Amino acid sequence: MKITALVDIVTFIAVSVAIYFTFIFAPLEAQMGSVQKIFYFHVASAWISFFAFFVTFVCSFFVLFTNKYIFDDIASSSAEIGIIFCTIVLITGPIWAKPIWGTWWTWDPRLTTTLILWFIYVGYLMLRKFLDEEDKKAKFSAALGIIGFIDVPIVFFSIRWWRTIHPNVLQQGGGGLAPDMLKALLVSIFAFTMLYITLMIKTATVKHLFRRYEKITSDR
Amino acid sequence: MTSKLIKLDEITKKYGYLEALKKVSFYLERGEFLAIFGPNGAGKSTLLKILSSQTRPTSGNIYFDGVKLADLPSDFRGNFGVISHQPFLYENLSAEANLRFYGKIYGLKDISKKIDDILKKVELFERKTDYVRTFSRGMLQRLSIARSLLHDPDIILLDEPYTGLDQHASYILSNILKEQFENSKTIIMVTHNLNRGYDLASKIAIMKKGEIVFFDDKVNVPEYEFEDIYLAKVS
Amino acid sequence: MKKYFITVYNIVEKDLLLELKSKEVVVSMLLFSLLVVIVFSFIFEPGAEYKNDLVGGILWMAFIFSGVLGLNKSMLNETTGGNLNALLLAPVDRSAVFFGKVVSNFFFLAVMEAITIPIFMIFYNINIFGHSVLSAVVILMGTYGFSVLGTLFSLISVKTKTREVMLPLLLLPLIIPIILAGIQCLNIYIKNGDITESYKWLKLIGVFDVIFTAVIFAIFDYIVEE
Repeated sequence: MKITALVDIVTFIAVSVAIYFTFIFAPLEAQMGSVQKIFYFHVASAWISFFAFFVTFVCSFFVLFTNKYIFDDIASSSAEIGIIFCTIVLITGPIWAKPIWGTWWTWDPRLTTTLILWFIYVGYLMLRKFLDEEDKKAKFSAALGIIGFIDVPIVFFSIRWWRTIHPNVLQQGGGGLAPDMLKALLVSIFAFTMLYITLMIKTATVKHLFRRYEKITSDR
Repeated sequence: MTSKLIKLDEITKKYGYLEALKKVSFYLERGEFLAIFGPNGAGKSTLLKILSSQTRPTSGNIYFDGVKLADLPSDFRGNFGVISHQPFLYENLSAEANLRFYGKIYGLKDISKKIDDILKKVELFERKTDYVRTFSRGMLQRLSIARSLLHDPDIILLDEPYTGLDQHASYILSNILKEQFENSKTIIMVTHNLNRGYDLASKIAIMKKGEIVFFDDKVNVPEYEFEDIYLAKVS
Repeated sequence: MKKYFITVYNIVEKDLLLELKSKEVVVSMLLFSLLVVIVFSFIFEPGAEYKNDLVGGILWMAFIFSGVLGLNKSMLNETTGGNLNALLLAPVDRSAVFFGKVVSNFFFLAVMEAITIPIFMIFYNINIFGHSVLSAVVILMGTYGFSVLGTLFSLISVKTKTREVMLPLLLLPLIIPIILAGIQCLNIYIKNGDITESYKWLKLIGVFDVIFTAVIFAIFDYIVEE
């Protein structure tokens, strides 16, 4: 059996198991009720989107230093997938916030940084869309991939300092997670990682094939 | 030091999977004038970009006087003069100010004298203090040539320099190129103009689809045969 | 080493000469920054008590929005006529060319700011230097960071199909730390708050400036090489 098919199957199983864990296995949270279950996919998405952008960051260096387009394919695929998960974070966050805190948006440092991250990587994708030459596309988006990623921790700290001046939001405590909840979270993170890998393989392969197609048609 | 000034060894340039140059190899001795002909998309401009180190080859090596281009310091770019369609001039500066700026960038001494000399050569001395935005197209081209040759480069690269040039400017350019050739400068010119290219060159190359399909000394190519050879090679 | 700074100097000298003759960059920036200052004043009633809470932000917005305009214009001057390519062909350090543009842009921005600030102070009846000269420091530090990232992305943007639109899209999210820190500092200085509170924001901008100067210095050659 081909590796990619195997990965697909593992992903399918992992996501199904994660759904079970989230909705059935994990206990109902005392204060927040069923809304809290968003937490598992929300946090898993956040981790994966950061991981995806980290992959873009690393591959961007390789693009600049080795000039090989395979790294550009991986970097851009990772950014595209990262944006999807980032969007999930930004949608599930407010859905969770509204019933709990009575407001859709709270300017929470993590969520706000994710919003900025979203804009940076949308910028990355727009840049690629509006550049014609392949080598400029690769190098310029690599520059953004590197600078954007380095900027994110700085953005996070600046927003956190800003928010501590006007604290009117409950910062979620990381501790105090029931063991079964922790298991559900880890399963979700694993499932989403598999999902990332599956999507990455497919997306990068398509880009790679497209380049080969271009060569064949241009050779005439 | 060998007399081989420039040597290309299996230069390949790929943009993604598109092969602009396929294992191009040749060498040129000091003081030669190479004219490169070929249809659009043959890779001629890419070749010039690699020679002027605007672009790096995907594989293969270039040697200048036996030393790999990659091993040469960035100062080495000072040995090139590039003449292309872009004027490389600042509109809101005078002709003199433009040349002075580039002279400083190239680290030249005696800049004022060199500016005067080169302006006289392109017959723009009287317009020295005029703003470039007031120049006609032909004058712009002549000033652009002056800018490229201000630092007296050993290697002159021209990418279709006669395109859109008026009569006067063409005449001046040809004279300058002949003079440079007589002064043992090495010249590589990409051109569509078979006659002019043939006239000026000492070596002839024809490119098609990223490869050199013809390369010979001009003395071996009778003028009346050249056009036929060209048409045969490119179709 | 010395040659590096000579190159930077030559670029700056040329840019200042150009700007002295055409005045295009600074004048368009200035008109726009003054417009922003005036238009934003409609946010509140003149003379309202809480206006002092907002004016720091308004000043920064004026600088940022007009700065984007100026950066675009400045880079356009360099790329029409293919001059940037000529400079990349020259026997000089490419990152020196870049930092030459950064310094020129910084000067243009500083001139725009120097003229905007007094007019701003008149309109809003406020002296931003009244309690601390650090207002000038934070503005200059923030302007430098803006210039470094802004020059890089104006170079990148000018090659895209959407040109002027791409620069703010790419730049604004990235300079949020400068915007936040700049506004916080000005608020402290304008309202005569505790100056020691502003130190961490100044350090943030300082770190920002140093990190991105170093990063771009390291990777610029690879970005522009074809």
